[in-house]
Amino acid sequence: MATTDIHAHPDVHHHDDHGDDHEHHEGNFWTKYVFSEDHKVIGKQFLITGILWALIGGMFSIIFRLQLGFPEANLEWLRPLLGEWITAQGKLDPEFYLALVTMHGTIMVFFVLTAGLSGTFANFLIPLQVGARDMASGFMNMLSYWFFFVSSVIMFTSLFLQTGPASGGWTIYPPLSALPQAMSGSGLGMTLWLVSMALFIISTLLGGINYITTIINLRTHGMSFTRLPLTIWAIFFTAILGLLSFPVLFAAALLLIFDRSFGTSFYLSDIYIGGEALAHSGGSPVLFQHLFWFLGHPEVYIVILPALGITSEIIATNSRKPIFGYKAMIGSLLFIAILSFVVWAHHMFVTGMNPFLGSIFMLLTLIIAVPSAVKIFNYVTTLWQGNIRFTPGMLFSIGMVSYFLTGGITGIFLGNSAIDIQLHDTYFVVAHFHLVMGSAAFFGMLAGIYHWFPKMFGRMMNAKLGYVHFWITFVGVYMVFFPMHYIGIAGFPRRYYTWTNFDTFSGFFDLNMLVSVAAFITFSAQFIFLFNFFYSMFRGPIAPANPWNSNTLEWTTPRNPQHGNWPGEIPSVYRWPYDYSKPGAKDDFIPQTIPFSETPESNLPHENELIRLESTGTQGAVIVEKKD
Amino acid sequence: MTNLIIGLGVVLILIILYLIFRVSNLIGLARTRDVKTETRVDSSNRINAGLFLAFTIISLVSFYWYSYAYFDDYNLPVASVHGAWTDSLFWITMGVTVVAFSIISVVMGFFVFNYQHKEGRRAKFYPDNHYLELAWTIIPAIVLSILIFTGLRAWNDITAPASADAEVIEMIGQQFAWTARYPGTKDNKLGSFNFKLIDAVNEFGLDLADKNSYDDFKSLELHLPKDKEILIKIRAKDVLHSLYIPHFRVKMDAVPGMPTQFKFVVTKTTEEMRDELNNPNFNYEVACAEVCGQAHFSMKMIVVVEEPEAYEQWKRGQDSWLKQNPDYLKKVPAALQEAAMIKAGLQRDPGVEVAGNEVQ
Repeated sequence: MATTDIHAHPDVHHHDDHGDDHEHHEGNFWTKYVFSEDHKVIGKQFLITGILWALIGGMFSIIFRLQLGFPEANLEWLRPLLGEWITAQGKLDPEFYLALVTMHGTIMVFFVLTAGLSGTFANFLIPLQVGARDMASGFMNMLSYWFFFVSSVIMFTSLFLQTGPASGGWTIYPPLSALPQAMSGSGLGMTLWLVSMALFIISTLLGGINYITTIINLRTHGMSFTRLPLTIWAIFFTAILGLLSFPVLFAAALLLIFDRSFGTSFYLSDIYIGGEALAHSGGSPVLFQHLFWFLGHPEVYIVILPALGITSEIIATNSRKPIFGYKAMIGSLLFIAILSFVVWAHHMFVTGMNPFLGSIFMLLTLIIAVPSAVKIFNYVTTLWQGNIRFTPGMLFSIGMVSYFLTGGITGIFLGNSAIDIQLHDTYFVVAHFHLVMGSAAFFGMLAGIYHWFPKMFGRMMNAKLGYVHFWITFVGVYMVFFPMHYIGIAGFPRRYYTWTNFDTFSGFFDLNMLVSVAAFITFSAQFIFLFNFFYSMFRGPIAPANPWNSNTLEWTTPRNPQHGNWPGEIPSVYRWPYDYSKPGAKDDFIPQTIPFSETPESNLPHENELIRLESTGTQGAVIVEKKD
Repeated sequence: MTNLIIGLGVVLILIILYLIFRVSNLIGLARTRDVKTETRVDSSNRINAGLFLAFTIISLVSFYWYSYAYFDDYNLPVASVHGAWTDSLFWITMGVTVVAFSIISVVMGFFVFNYQHKEGRRAKFYPDNHYLELAWTIIPAIVLSILIFTGLRAWNDITAPASADAEVIEMIGQQFAWTARYPGTKDNKLGSFNFKLIDAVNEFGLDLADKNSYDDFKSLELHLPKDKEILIKIRAKDVLHSLYIPHFRVKMDAVPGMPTQFKFVVTKTTEEMRDELNNPNFNYEVACAEVCGQAHFSMKMIVVVEEPEAYEQWKRGQDSWLKQNPDYLKKVPAALQEAAMIKAGLQRDPGVEVAGNEVQ
């Protein structure tokens, strides 16, 4: 524990500095709630913006599910909302259908599950769980949100363009996305998409640098890396992934901007469109796909890793057991994070890429199933012989594990290039990623909201409404995405406005209708959550200090922590965060702030030896205080 | 008016729901004040645990039932040699994963139910076990390597170069149709092309300076011979498309500026498939699998698979593109005019040796 001591002096000193000036932050409404540098407020800003985006993204999926489930229906009643996008025959405009699909993907992947999930929980939890007054740079953190906000505004504006928002799929493959002649959404809508995404990347980078710096430098006394909760580990890897991969998307987007606006040919070649041969030559659309998926694949782990971290924490807390295989959990996170950089081309098996590359990427892709399997087994073992409390957060966490299993297992099919030939771009893929990263990450996010709501707003959410919300959503999501496997095995391609042109894809009206109805019900159930969320924010019962009897540091703050988090000194940490149901202990949890010297009855032999270091550690802190 | 009534009805229902919520909240509050026990969970815990068990059982049973009962609905018949391989790989993987999935689901469902909170019981402090971790790292790794290596074998065979005598056909994707170009019966070679030569009529961008192009012909149906290796050369004129023939398990992107290809052998003629499916209207179809714009969903082409003899006969009956568009003869270099006329079928072949001299 020598490292702990080394950290002690500068840490404590720094925190005390902060502690002195946190009074200055009690500013007016603008500095407190809008341009706030408080990580908790910024986290909530990300959360609320994420929820708004999730509503928009979800609503889009409802509209295109209407089309897919009820292709004959008259959608005239949507005209007040969609205007000219409803054709004279009362149908959804086919191009707008693609715009909906595109924006649904973009919004959900980037704005909800990256900004809304990472942004919320990284900001909210890092300082609270590592024991810091705030992020390393509060100002950069504020900028991170406001870049995201501007990016959101631009993306939102693009929804109202006459030519429609970007509509070439969330992967924006050129040439389709590069040529306004190819579809109207590739005009101004695409330009705004690219600008918005550039700002979004800046936001992610500003946030990510902060997360990493804070985790490495601002851990409180005693909070060694091996005492970090798994949430922080997951967020740490997520931030590194984002920092290394988002710049590549930036480059890809920049080159696309050049191709679109300045006549370069990075991605374009040999194109005859709209009655003329374009001058572009020598570019490669496949290059874009490589660059895009170099971000795109880490991106799906950017989405899922925080969810894995959050659920690890919640499942351990509510099983009243230490997470099984803490180090294996960190190791598998690390291994997944590393591998996520070398599997991107499994999205491109049938793009005409060299088949040898396909072999390599298939090999690497299937390896990633191993650490993922380890995670599932560890989750299940954590439940074994637990004493499980089904709080709403716990329910959503178990749901998340279930989706991660169901959706993850189909990845073994898709990662196999030979099998992928048939399944590529069918509904099987849609089912796969909606379960494994979409719904799983969503459930991680909801679990986190239910779990940390008391810390965020000082009040409890209504548990019964949480149960109802969970069960409708959990079953609903399965009803939406499970049937899609069958539809995919039958070969139905994605992003089809209707399948009636093909005899091969003529069946499954019933399943598609079921999927749509399930989607409507699931979406409606989210309003239960919204009501619960906003109602409880103001009128929920006052939260106790530690409502879930959790070990982590955030529950040692006051009910409504001010900027600076702890009114006095930041507590020191003496143990890992998973001392639940320790044999001999008085209660079934021992918070991280309880020294081993106070728990002789439950200490393991090697922990007794740490008692000596605890006292030297405390002396270190005392010396610092004397200096002040 | 009806809208107004519906709207009011919805508002009323929402108000009622809200009131129910408030009342139950207050009752709940009163009850906890009365009891003041130290229990950390209420009766909901048991209900949630039971629901998980019920969910596990019901969902697994319906999964098995639907997969079994509706097998014919979702299982797409296969009619190519490599398709049979990939399908068997698919079903092997399915077998392995369904076993793993079922075991984990049942175990998890059971654990969740069985280890629900019980007052006075304490959870087992069980932070790690290296042997267990090792076991469930190594076992999946072994199973996966088997799947990987069988998959790699199939993939290498599928993507291996086509044999020299494969039937070469070109498929061109554009918004929003597929067009096929056949090499013609005279030289059996596809003529070269250049996208800059494309115009409203010369949709292939045929390079008429290349003598191989004269007998090439266009088809809006994809005719294929059974039991013969077919090499489809794929290109796109405008944006990405993806050649997708579901029954043959064929999928390959069409990329502007980068020709791609896919080789396969079809095992059943259209007629044989019609008999097998008892559907006299059955047709193989080509679809587009990469989003390409507004009418992406309508890029259909009918595939006709025939016995090799019938296929050859069909080919001989097709007029070359040049014959259909004789105006383009003036773009043929003067020295090649006569060869072009003969190869395109615009002029009767005066004799094999004469044509041979001209070509030389």
